[in-house]
Amino acid sequence: MEIEEVHKNTKLMYQGKPWNVDNAEFVKPGKGRAIYRLRLKNLLDASTLDVTFHSGEKVDEASVSNQEMQYLYKEGDHYVLMNTNNYEQTFVNEEQMGDKINFLKEGVLVNAQLLDERPIDIAIPVFVELAVVETGTAIKTATVTAQTKSAKLETGHSIDVPAFIKEGDVLKIDTRTGAYVERITAKK
Amino acid sequence: MPSERERLTQIKGNLQRRSQLIAIVRHFFEQRGFLEVETPIRVPSIAPELNITAQQSDDWYLITSPELHMKRLLAAGYGPIFQVSRCFRKGEQGRLHNPEFNLLEWYRPDSDYTEVIHDVEQLIAEIATAFQSSPFLTYQGTTVDISPPWPRLSIREAFRALAGWDPTESYNAERFDNDMALKVLPALDTRRPLVLNEYPAPAASLARLKYGEPALAERAEVYIGGMELANAYSELTDVSEQRQRFKKEIAQIELEQGKKLPLAESFLEALNYLPECSGIALGLDRLVMLFCNATHIEEIWAFSEENI
Repeated sequence: MEIEEVHKNTKLMYQGKPWNVDNAEFVKPGKGRAIYRLRLKNLLDASTLDVTFHSGEKVDEASVSNQEMQYLYKEGDHYVLMNTNNYEQTFVNEEQMGDKINFLKEGVLVNAQLLDERPIDIAIPVFVELAVVETGTAIKTATVTAQTKSAKLETGHSIDVPAFIKEGDVLKIDTRTGAYVERITAKK
Repeated sequence: MPSERERLTQIKGNLQRRSQLIAIVRHFFEQRGFLEVETPIRVPSIAPELNITAQQSDDWYLITSPELHMKRLLAAGYGPIFQVSRCFRKGEQGRLHNPEFNLLEWYRPDSDYTEVIHDVEQLIAEIATAFQSSPFLTYQGTTVDISPPWPRLSIREAFRALAGWDPTESYNAERFDNDMALKVLPALDTRRPLVLNEYPAPAASLARLKYGEPALAERAEVYIGGMELANAYSELTDVSEQRQRFKKEIAQIELEQGKKLPLAESFLEALNYLPECSGIALGLDRLVMLFCNATHIEEIWAFSEENI
């Protein structure tokens, strides 16, 4: 592909390795040649590399495909996924999983990006519903701002929630920010 | 992603400031006896420039700058003129670029480029006064002291100090562009505006060469807050020299890009009557960015290509 077509999050093959374009900066003196400064992140080991290209140059796009997968369980420092088409199992490592594990229950469907059949990244839903397994009571103080407290979710991750949330409540959570959105069901 | 309504509401303050700024610009030039003009946006020929690609419209082009027609007005004996003109440059998109943008361009007969540089110093001081920030401007965390006169630095000095070579002695376009973008500009002190001047003759474009020093072109660029803001020339009035430069550039474009651009004959014809003059093109959208402390051009431009 032409360097002009490269954007943030384009996947490239460069020096024989697959990279994600984390940042693409277009630098052009009015009368001069355009320069493209890319911050690349290695899709396999998350190392980064800064590279410079000029207009007219070509780069190799990494052939990345998408596949629905089911997250099964954690095994050592790997997360086991199952391809819902052919039931084959594969895994991603901790770096590729990142913070997403905080919002991922066993058995949930995710969208995996594959490079040569190998998952390099997974996308989880923007909103997930998770139950509260543990929460204390908010300390009441004389204040006009909303009271919040910490609540532990069934994934083991803790977030701030309003004071009225109880153990067993199911919450809607925005996985982009990790923030509480609303209560879906209260404990019966 | 915010909704369109949220997005446009967020930048409304910037767009109001933009409108005020353009009113100040018009007032500035009217007070100094400049005539505001309008010239065509869709034209049969443009000034050929290797690194600026015009957007085609049928067999014609959308202008990359209003320079050629403004010079035809000057050649017809018009006095000082200015214009706010929509321009188009294909593929230029980034933090400081939008393929469709506005140039503020003005010309002064019987002057050289030091005078239009003086104008831009006064213009920006006047805008800062109107916005009650004078003599300071805070852009991207840096406080810029904009009191005129601004420091001048020649390309020779800048490159010797920051890139380790002198492009006015032996010019190499590729090395020049690279080092300018990656070595010189990032190292400049942004606490003051800067006028980079005396470009190498091969990078003269439509500027005339310095009398007695033909290795240098009377061309200057203004930088504020690390942004390239304006490009000024003592205008080339020598028709045969201009024709030769255009032909050379057209040949180079054909060689590298396989496109044959037409020669702007009506412009070259008018150049016979062009008085000695200076001119400057200023990126109006970047000027708005400076006074809105905008990081990205989209913060001052309601409908970029992404949300058009």
